[in-house]
Amino acid sequence: MAVEAGTKSPAAEVRERMNIVVIGHVDHGKSTLIGRLLADTGSLPQGRLALVQEQCRRNAKPFEYAFLLDALKDEQAQGITIDTARCFFKSRRRDYIIIDAPGHMEFLKNMISGAARAEAGLLVIDAKEGVQENSRRHGYLMSLLGIRQIAVCVNKMDLVNFDQRVFEAIRTEYAAFLEQVGIRPLGFLPISAREGDNLVARSDRMPWYQGPAVLEMVDSFAKEAAPTDKPLRLPVQDIYKFTEHGDERRIIAGRIETGTLEVGDEVVFYPSGKHATVTSIEEFNAPPRRRVEAGKSTGVTLSTQLYLRPGELMGKAGEAPPRVSSRLHVTLFWLGRQPMIKGKRYKMKLASLRAPVWLTEITSVLDATNLSTYANRRQIERHDVAECVLETFKPVACDLATGIPQTGRFVIIDNFEIAGGGIILRADEAANTLAQKHVEAREKAWERSAIVPAQRQAKYHQRGTLVVVAGPVGTGKIAFAKALEEHLFQGGRQVYYLGLSNSLLGFGADLKDQFEREEYLRRLGEVSHLFTDAGLILITTVSDLDDDELDVLDTLNRPSDLLIINVGESRFSRRQADLNLDAPINTPLAIERATALLAARHNLP
Amino acid sequence: MDRLDELESQSIFILREAYREFKQLVMLWSIGKDSTVLLWLARKAFFGHVPIPLMHIDTHHKIPEMIAYRDRFAMQWKLNMIVGANEQALEAGETFPAGHATRLQCCTVLKTDALRRTLSGEGPRWILDHATGKYVKTVGGEPFTGVIVGARADEEGSRSKERYFSARDKQSEWDIADQPPELWNQFKTDFAPGTHVRVHPLLDWTELNVWEYIGRENIPVVSLYFDQGKGVRYRSLGCGPCTKPVQSTAKTVAEIIVELQSGKFSNIAERSGRDQDKEDGYGLETLRRDGYM
Repeated sequence: MAVEAGTKSPAAEVRERMNIVVIGHVDHGKSTLIGRLLADTGSLPQGRLALVQEQCRRNAKPFEYAFLLDALKDEQAQGITIDTARCFFKSRRRDYIIIDAPGHMEFLKNMISGAARAEAGLLVIDAKEGVQENSRRHGYLMSLLGIRQIAVCVNKMDLVNFDQRVFEAIRTEYAAFLEQVGIRPLGFLPISAREGDNLVARSDRMPWYQGPAVLEMVDSFAKEAAPTDKPLRLPVQDIYKFTEHGDERRIIAGRIETGTLEVGDEVVFYPSGKHATVTSIEEFNAPPRRRVEAGKSTGVTLSTQLYLRPGELMGKAGEAPPRVSSRLHVTLFWLGRQPMIKGKRYKMKLASLRAPVWLTEITSVLDATNLSTYANRRQIERHDVAECVLETFKPVACDLATGIPQTGRFVIIDNFEIAGGGIILRADEAANTLAQKHVEAREKAWERSAIVPAQRQAKYHQRGTLVVVAGPVGTGKIAFAKALEEHLFQGGRQVYYLGLSNSLLGFGADLKDQFEREEYLRRLGEVSHLFTDAGLILITTVSDLDDDELDVLDTLNRPSDLLIINVGESRFSRRQADLNLDAPINTPLAIERATALLAARHNLP
Repeated sequence: MDRLDELESQSIFILREAYREFKQLVMLWSIGKDSTVLLWLARKAFFGHVPIPLMHIDTHHKIPEMIAYRDRFAMQWKLNMIVGANEQALEAGETFPAGHATRLQCCTVLKTDALRRTLSGEGPRWILDHATGKYVKTVGGEPFTGVIVGARADEEGSRSKERYFSARDKQSEWDIADQPPELWNQFKTDFAPGTHVRVHPLLDWTELNVWEYIGRENIPVVSLYFDQGKGVRYRSLGCGPCTKPVQSTAKTVAEIIVELQSGKFSNIAERSGRDQDKEDGYGLETLRRDGYM
C-alpha cells in the first residue's frame, strides 16, 4: 500500500529559486504589474484568467490584471492589497516567488514582512503621480532591511504619452533620494503594466529607451551566494536530549547563518565563553557528514557536556568573535500601535536570543519621507525610524549589521507583537551598565535613617549577606538551604530563607521561560538588597545560575556581601563559587563548612 | 545547497522554533502528501524523533486506505497519535451526501468544528495506545496553543497571504487585514491568553517541490496518489464523496514529477478535484477564516 521509507534517492535537477518583492505607493500599479507578468509568461493555472474575467463580467466591472492576485474578498471590495501575497512565477532562467507588498501606509508592517524575505526588489512609481511620500519611505526601508538589488519601474507610461521627459524627471529625483540612503538601483525602467509595455519584451512605443524589459531585468538579478566565507555563526536554537529508544545523544541544534563547521573544530559559545570540540554532525536519513555550511539547519554533539542555553551564539576558535555587549547603538523602525518609550521593559529577539531590553537614549528620529532628522524626541512613534541606544541587564552576543547582518539585526516585542525591528550600528564593550546605573539611581533616591550599617553589624553580630545556593537541578539545594537557615537561626543569627526563587525562576530543564527568568532574577536582586541592607542574612537557591546572572545579582545586592555556595557540577566559568559542595550533600559537614566561611569572612562571634 | 535543501532547512528551522516556543504544540496530519512531508521534516528536525503529538480529524468519510496508512505509520514511527471527530454531527446526519447538509456545511461540522473542539479540548480525543494498537477515548484535554499545519502558499489565493506563524483568536478566526509583521526569521511566538498560533513550515513549497522531496527522501505516501492500473489517481486527498481522482497513468513519484513539470497538470490547479471549493466563488477562503486548514 505504500512505498517503504529508505535513504535518499539521487537528486533530480531542481531549479533555482529567487524571492522578489514588488513595492510601491498605493495605486501605483504593483498588483497589475505582477498579474500581467504572470499572465504574459503563462505562469497562471489553467482557467484562472478566464475565471477572473468571468467574475468581472458577472459583476459588470472591467477586468483588471490586479484581480488575479487580489484573490481575497476584502481586497476586491477595497481595491488595495491588504497583505503580502506570494505567487509563483517562472522564467526560462529560474523560478520566482513574487511578493506583492501592500503600498498603503496602514499596512506598512505587511510591506516589511514581504520585503524582509526578498533577495531583490522592484520599486514601482506612477509616472503621472511621481515620487510620493511612501516611495521615499519604501526606499529607506529597503535599505534598512538589507535588500541590495533594486530596480525602479516607472509605471503607467501610457498615461503620460510615453514621454521621455516625465520618465527622466522621476529618475533624477528618485535616484538622488536613493543615493542618500545608500541604494544604487540596477536600473530605471519605463513601463506600462496594464498595456504590457516593456514587461516581458521591449516596447516599440518607447524607442528612446534602450534598457531591459522587466523580465530581463529580473533575470539579471544575481543570486547571493551563501555566506560561507564569513566567520562561523550558529545561533543555538535548542539543546535536544531525546532519551526514547536508548538515544544518548545530546544535540546542539540550530541553523548556520554564516561560515562553515567541521567535525573536530573547536567551537566557542558566546556570551558564556565556554568551548568544546565538535564530535559529530547529526542528520536523520542521510549519510554521515563531516562538514556543514551556511544555510543549513543542523545539529552537533560536543566533546564535553557543556551546560548551554538556547540563545547562545556558537563561533569558531581562531575566527573573529562576535561582540559581547549590554549597550547597543541601533537604527530601529517602529511599527507598534503604542510608541516605544524609555523605562519600559521590552523583549528583544536577536537570532535565537530572547532578552529583556530597555530603550535608554534616543539620539535622533528620522522622518523617512524627507530624511530630515529630529533631535530631542522623548519617544519613538509608529512608523518612525530612530537612532537610539538599547540596553540589556546581561550582555548579549551579536554582530554589527555591516559585518554579519544575520546576527546584527533584531526585532522588539511589545504587547505580544513584533512592534519594531532594527540593525546594530555599534556595540559598547562595557558590561552590566544597566544594573550599575540602576543601583546608582537607587542609592541616590534611597533615604536612609541615622542608623548606619556598622551599628546593625554590631547589634546583630553579623554583616548583611546574601547566600546563594547554586548548581544544577535536583542536587538537594533547597533542603540544604533550609538546614543552613535553621542551624544559623539556632546559633543566634538573624537569618531568613527566601523560598520562592525556584518556582519563579523555573527549573533548569525548562529553558523556555528564559526571558521571564531574567526578570525574576532582577527582582530577586532587588529583594535581596532590602534584606541585606537591613542587616540580615538571606539564603536562597537558584538552579543553573550562570556568570552573567550572578553579575546582575551581585550588582543589585551591593554594597552588602554575597556568598556563593555551589552544589554539584558548576555552571560558572568566569566566576567561582566561594564554597563547592559535592552532590549528594553531606549536610552536617556542609553546614559546618558554610558556617565557618561565614564566620571567617564576617567576624561572627 | 539546492532549492530543496533551502526549503528543508527553512522548514526545520520553523519546526524547531515552534517546538522551542510552544508548550502545548500539536501537528495536524491529514494523511495527505503535504502533511506527511511535514511529519518527515519533523523527524529530520528532531533527529529521528517526533516529540510533537500528531492530530488527525477523522470525518468518517475518508477513503479507507488513508486510515490504514495512518495507523500503520503511527505504530511504526511510534507517533503520539490523536484523532478527533464530531460525533454529534455524525450521529445527527449533518453530512453530505448521505445526510441533510450541503458540501460546505458538511465540511464546516465534520472538519472545522471537529478541529476547533479537538484543539481546545472541549471535544473528545482518541489517543493511540501503542501496546494494543487501539485508540482510547479521552476527554478534558489541555488546549493546544501552537498548531503546525502543512498549508502551502501556492494552493490557492487566501493561502498565499499566510505568515509562517499566524495568530488565531478563540474562535479560530483569522484577521487577514491585521497580521503581525514577520521579518528576518523572527516569527510571532508571543501570544495573548486565549489565542493560538498556526505554524506553516511548508508555506514556500510548491506541489512540485513536495513530490521532488518525497522522491529524494523516499518518503512513503498513500497508494491512492498512484495509478493502480485503472488509469486514475488522486492528486489531492480528502473525503470520499467530495474528492475525485484525476485521469493519469502515473505509477511512481518520478512519473508524477514529470506530469507536473511538463505534462497535463503543469497548469491545472491541484485542488481542481475538490468540489467544496466551488460552491461559491470564495468557498475555501470562507472555510479558512473560520479555521479550516
